[in-house]
Amino acid sequence: MGQKTQLYELHQEAGAKMGNFAGWEMPIRYDSQIEEHHQVRKGVGVFDVSHMTVIEIFGKASQSLLCKLLANDITRLRIPGKALYSAMLDFSGHILDDLIVYFLAKDSYLLVVNCANREKDLAWLLRHIGDRDCTLNEREDLSILAIQGPDSLAKFAEVVGVPYRSTMEKLTNFHGLWCGKWFIARTGYTGEKGLEIMLPSEAAVELWKNLVSHGVKPIGLGARDTLRLEAGMNLYGNDMDETVTPFESNMASSVVMEKRSFIGSKALKVNQGSRKLVGLLMEDKGILRPHYPVFCDDVMIGEITSGAFSPTLGKSIALARINKTHGSFSVEIRGKRKSVDLVRPPFVRNGKPMWKAW
Amino acid sequence: MTKFAEDRCYLETHEWAKLEEDGTVVVGISDHAQEALGDVVFVELPELGLDLEAKSEVGVVESVKAASDIYSPVSGVICAINEQLEESPEIVNDSPYDKGWFFKITASDPEEFSSLLSVEKYREICEE
Repeated sequence: MGQKTQLYELHQEAGAKMGNFAGWEMPIRYDSQIEEHHQVRKGVGVFDVSHMTVIEIFGKASQSLLCKLLANDITRLRIPGKALYSAMLDFSGHILDDLIVYFLAKDSYLLVVNCANREKDLAWLLRHIGDRDCTLNEREDLSILAIQGPDSLAKFAEVVGVPYRSTMEKLTNFHGLWCGKWFIARTGYTGEKGLEIMLPSEAAVELWKNLVSHGVKPIGLGARDTLRLEAGMNLYGNDMDETVTPFESNMASSVVMEKRSFIGSKALKVNQGSRKLVGLLMEDKGILRPHYPVFCDDVMIGEITSGAFSPTLGKSIALARINKTHGSFSVEIRGKRKSVDLVRPPFVRNGKPMWKAW
Repeated sequence: MTKFAEDRCYLETHEWAKLEEDGTVVVGISDHAQEALGDVVFVELPELGLDLEAKSEVGVVESVKAASDIYSPVSGVICAINEQLEESPEIVNDSPYDKGWFFKITASDPEEFSSLLSVEKYREICEE
């Protein structure tokens, strides 16, 4: 039995099918995963994502530390609460983790990293903090609820008290602020408008119950995965890991190399890697799944890293890492070749189909 | 609650087989199986007229979670397939024992039917 979030009993009462995710017992689905997916695209849903790791970094050297450790440029963050998506690389330019970093105030940052990489990230951060004037504080006390969908902001405003509502109303996209003991952020992993709320456990249980009693449907990690895949967002461990660079992971826009030096930048200046992470779309019936081989004109050129049935498009989509992007493409599914189209993700944004040919 | 239809037999691989009055055998998957698979998004069915052995792979059911082979409970010739599953695979989730049937076989050896699992035995396997 894995670790449990503070909402575990609520999930069980709701009849959730639980599954292990990076050592945590998490709700995979409450009922139909496809219905849950549509619920977020068309209305609003709430996810328990308390398994994610939240780390505060503060002290005079915190900016210089994060400039050294992150491939994105945090000096671009000037407005308190604004956030960036970034990779954290090893010395060879490979991806240790992907994360969101919030600039809270001068000398004060908040990081949200993958729980599967918790020990590795903490050790890496501590190693590079060394004797710098910088302190790391993991916030294991916080639960995290993601409220996502076109109706998410309105629903949150309806359910919470005035101070929380007015904090939320101040936020722009990719922006988070503390309001008392709650951290309220306009972020998400679904490609829809939404919020991620970090808050003490008792308040999280209460907020969850309030949202559900106001008609917000609980959504499991199964739908979270198809929502993020449609949104063209990577999942660490599937779509990238310590064997690939950000340039091979469709993350070039989050890497700022010019006039900058960070861990991994030297290696990337020499070699960014030759593969590409692309989107695949299959018109034929069948489901693209991780590790299925991808072919170009009959030569195997890579494999699928994430694949699923897209409920919004009604067909299968995938991310695949390949070393050739011109030709005619196919995927081998259980011994049969099926042709696929190469596309640029995202597949879906704000409820609507959206992709470009490669 | 998981349902176990009483009027038919089962395979360890979670298919059910029901003997019709005309002697054909209808095949589908159990409520336990559809519950474990999650939303079914695609079913690959055999061609009409296919001659097959008992316990051989005869199709695939793809759900949001995984692709699973479908095995034929008995030997014989495929005499009907449920074409509705082409358009609406979710019927397998909604009605696994009735509208969500997969195919029918004209059995070549009626004796094989008696070697399948009884509902009691199958229920025990699922509850283990």
